[in-house]
Parts: sequence; structure tokens; C-alpha cells
Amino acid sequence: MEFLRELPQQLINGISLGSIYALIALGYTMVYGVLRFINFAHGDVFMVGAYIGCLCIPLIMPMFPNEPVIGGLFVILTAMMACAGLGVVIERLAYRPLRSRPNLTMLITAIGVSLFLEYTGQLPFIFGPTPRSFPMMVEYKNVIRLPDLVVSTNQILVLAGSLVLMAGLRFIVNHTRIGTAMRALAMNKTAASLMGVNLDKVISFTFALGSALAAAAGVMYATMYPKIDPLMGILPGLKAFVAAVLGGIGSIPGALVGGLIIGIVETFTTAFLSSTYRDAIVFGILIVILIFKPSGIFGKRASEKV
Amino acid sequence: MRAYRDKLLLLGGIAAVLLGSRYSSAINPYYFQIIIYIGINIILAESLNLINGFTGQFSLGHAGFMAVGAYTSSAITYYLRPILFAEPSTFGEPVFFLVALIAGGAAAALIGMLVGVPSLRLKGDYLAIVTLGFGEIIRVVLQNLNFVGGPRGFSGIPLYTTFAWTYVFVIVIIFVVENLMRSPYGKAFLAVRDNEIAAEAMGINTTKFKVTAFVIAAFFAGIAGGLFAHYLTYIKPDMFTFLKSIEIVVMVILGGMGSTVGAVFAAIVLTVMPELLRTVAEYRMVIYALVLILLMLTRPQGIFGGRVNWTKLGARLKGARNKK
Repeated sequence: MEFLRELPQQLINGISLGSIYALIALGYTMVYGVLRFINFAHGDVFMVGAYIGCLCIPLIMPMFPNEPVIGGLFVILTAMMACAGLGVVIERLAYRPLRSRPNLTMLITAIGVSLFLEYTGQLPFIFGPTPRSFPMMVEYKNVIRLPDLVVSTNQILVLAGSLVLMAGLRFIVNHTRIGTAMRALAMNKTAASLMGVNLDKVISFTFALGSALAAAAGVMYATMYPKIDPLMGILPGLKAFVAAVLGGIGSIPGALVGGLIIGIVETFTTAFLSSTYRDAIVFGILIVILIFKPSGIFGKRASEKV
Repeated sequence: MRAYRDKLLLLGGIAAVLLGSRYSSAINPYYFQIIIYIGINIILAESLNLINGFTGQFSLGHAGFMAVGAYTSSAITYYLRPILFAEPSTFGEPVFFLVALIAGGAAAALIGMLVGVPSLRLKGDYLAIVTLGFGEIIRVVLQNLNFVGGPRGFSGIPLYTTFAWTYVFVIVIIFVVENLMRSPYGKAFLAVRDNEIAAEAMGINTTKFKVTAFVIAAFFAGIAGGLFAHYLTYIKPDMFTFLKSIEIVVMVILGGMGSTVGAVFAAIVLTVMPELLRTVAEYRMVIYALVLILLMLTRPQGIFGGRVNWTKLGARLKGARNKK
């Protein structure tokens, strides 16, 4: 009974969290699609996005005293653009020189970049190690106040924002030239380059896109959980990776579905089981899916060619 | 002849360690601590080298095995010591410690088998994340076990670790790894690393060897964990996060994956460096990260890396002896 009563609330909570995971997972899945490589540092781009949002709010919000939503929009856009740049820089400096090397080398480099972002962020003159409070952008109001269902403005904005971003991504991937180039690269890199696709440009664009989404996710996450610190990206990054794998890595709808499922599972675990086990359960899902269906929900069964 | 020589080296090494341990009290306690940590890190790096370097599986969960060993051996010594050793015993307690350590190693080895099994089907990136996931699951489980302290940690562990204990195990693991690699097992590991499909086609049961690598490595990581716990006398699940796993991975990579000497060298360097850099402690991890990135960009095989041809090496050593 308790479960049924709380179900709608936890469902909304789960979907909000899940859409954030989905945005991060989209970045993982896109980069994997074009490079067959897991960008460990993606979670930290998420963190940088949150911090840039935090730093920009006192600068941008006063410009829109009566329109906090528009102001918030600009904050997110600034964070997205900054992190898109960051993603391109990382790709250029750390990943591109290693493209011909075995995958393991890139993986280790990605770990290095991740550590670099986290610990540079902890330096006192950058972000500092102590957690910061993320300032409120939109006034916190409970929009829906049914006896068992409370939905706040934050949650509505997160859901709406995620929907808009995902629709935008779908448009870019399916209806633009560069989106077609991305899909072509993911299918067969050599053939794509033979067909005239500029590999470097498309890969940079993919990184930029993924990082921008992660930044948006960062700002949205920070509005929901206002304490930010330089290590905040590790766990959400890992969980988003699990989401991407769950949905089928390389598949964009997969990242979406995977993110939502992980968000819902995590919220339900916290609400109905015990919050201490929620991380373990998410990792447990990863292990189970990799044992039983490694290609994920929407993935294709890739057979090993000898 | 070679087996005779190796066993002589082993005994000689152990004798040297026992001799050296007589002077452990004479050293500055700060340096002593560093020496113990170097020993523990050598064991960790060598054991991970078995998985990452020799068998070519990328494991990011090594701290989990260390944690299992640490907690198991500590639980045994903590709870059984008051029962068995109401008064201190000079002969009984070391044996007790050894039993606890081995039990810790065995528990870790069991977990290693569990972790090794999914590795059958997973390659590279996926395996890395799964092992990381296992490491985290182990940590979360330990955080919820209140009879070993839970999140507040486990204190009151008897101080059993000495220079002798640590370095005897260092010698043992180096002996084991070197001999293992010169044996058919070693050839199988390398075959799995170099080309798993070809190895399978040649009749090597890749499953068995991959799991074996995990089990042996986990055993020694568990021993290292036990030594660590009984030196610090206090352990917390937070000491065994995947950051710790990454520290060990960096050691293996810096030294060169698949190089025993490299692992020792890197363990020493990466234990001593943070101490030297204590003045700029906040920059320590940043420097770590930059070193990692630069290493991958310039010399990914590590300092002592590069393929060691075990067959030629053995033949060359034999040949040198025959020429005399």
C-alpha cells in the first residue's frame, strides 16, 4: 500500500533524475559510436558545466530580473558552450594523438584527463575542494500539490529542458548533414572517410555536442541537488555510463531509455529499499546486463570477426 | 640447475629480510612507514601486473580485493585474538597472523574468481568498468557490515605487520610471479594477452587462464590488504575506492605492463613521490594525472615495458651458464 501511494511521486523523481542521466549517457554513447572508446572524463565535463553555471548565475541572472526562466536559459547556454569548447580541447590534446594506438592507451589517458579535471578543480584558485551552494535560479515553488504528489518548478524545468535538448539532438543527428556524417562514421569509419567525411571535424563536433549535453545536465543536476564539488561528476558519470550500456552503447534512443531506467531504479531503491545500497544496485545492473545481454536493450549483436 | 638456483635466491632473500628486520627499530619511524608502504605497494603492483600486464585483462577493481583481504584478516584477528591469546604469545601470535593473512588472501581469491568469470565475455573497456563496478559493490557491502565497523571504520586491529612480514611476502610474490611466467601457465597468460582468439584456437582454455590470473592476483592483493590493515590498525571502506585501484594501475603502467622489475620500480617511485611532494600536496593528484597523460602520449609501454621474450631469456640464461 505504501508503495502504491508513493509510486507516482517516486516515478516523477526518478524520471527527473533519469533525464539527467540520459543527457550524460547521450554523450558517452555518441563518442563511443564514432570512436569506439569510452570517455571516462565525461562525468567531469558534467561537473565543469555545473561550476560554470554556478559562476555565471550572479553575472547573468541580474540581467533578467523579471524573467528568471530566460536567465536560467542563458546560464545553461553559456555552460553548454563553454563545455563544448572544453570537450573539443580535450579531444584535440589528449585523444586525437592516440587514435592509432590500441584502445587501452586511450582508456588510460581518459582516466588521466578525468583525474586532471577533478583535482585541478580542487585547487584553491580554481574551484576549491569545499562543496559550494548552487544559487537558485528559478524560485522554488511547488507547482502541483496533490496529497501524494509534489512537483516543484525545478523538476518541471529539468524535464522540459531535457525534452527540448533531446529533441534538438534528434534533429541534429537525423536531419542535418553533420548528423548524417556522425551516423556514417559510427557505421564504418573508413568508408565514411572515403566518402569525403572529414573525420577530425566530425569527431570534434561529436565531442562538442556530447560535452554540451553534459554541461546542461550539470546545471540541471545542480538545481536539483544544490551542493556542488569538484568530485561530483564521478558517480553520476559512472551511472550514466551504466545507463548507456543498458540502453545499448552506440544507440541514442538506448541512452535515453537507459538513463530513465537507471534514474527510476536508483530513486526506487532509495525510497523503498535503502539508500546505502543504491550505488551497488546500479553497478549490479551493469554486471547483469553485461553477462546476459552485452549489447544492451537497443544494441546490435556484434559477432566477433576472426 | 636453474630451479636450484632460484630456490637459493628465494631463501637468500628471506634470510636478508629477516636480517634486515633486526634493524627496523633503528630507523626513523617516518621512513619505516614509507618502507612498509613500499612493500605493500610492490605486492599490489606485482599482483595487478599478473592480470593487466601478463594476461592483458584490464582490471580497475584491485582495491576491492585488497579490501576483502584487509577486512577478512582483520575480522579474524580482532574477534579471535581475545579468545585465543589472553596473554601475548611469541610463537602463537605470528602463526595466528599468518593464518589470518592467508585466510584474507583466500577470501580475496574467492572474490577474484567471481570477478574473473564475467571477464570471459568482456573485453577492454567493458571489463574495466565491470571490475570497477565490482570494486564499488565490495566497498558498499563493507560499508553496510556493522560487525566490521561499517562506514565508521574498523579500529582496534592488532599491530602485527612488521618489516619482516611485509618483505617476506614481497620476495614470495616476486618468486611466484617470475616462476609462473616461466612455466606453461605463463606462456598461456601471454598467449591470451597477445591474441585471445589464436590462443583459443591453439587449444588454450582462455577462460581457465583468465580466471586463474584473477584468482592468484586477488590472493596476493588480499595479503597486501591484510598487511596494510595490521599496520594501520584501522581501516575504512573509503580507503579502498576505485581511486586506490587507479593508483595501483598507474604503478603498473608506469613501470611497464608485464615487467616485474618495472612494477617494483614504479611502486617505489609512486610511494615515495607523494611524500616528497608533501609541500605541494594539493598539486599531487594533478601531477599524477599529468604524468599519466604524458606517459600515454609519449611512452605508453611504461619505463620497463616492451615485450620480454621469456623463452629467449631463459635460453640465454641457460646458454650463459653452459658457456662457462
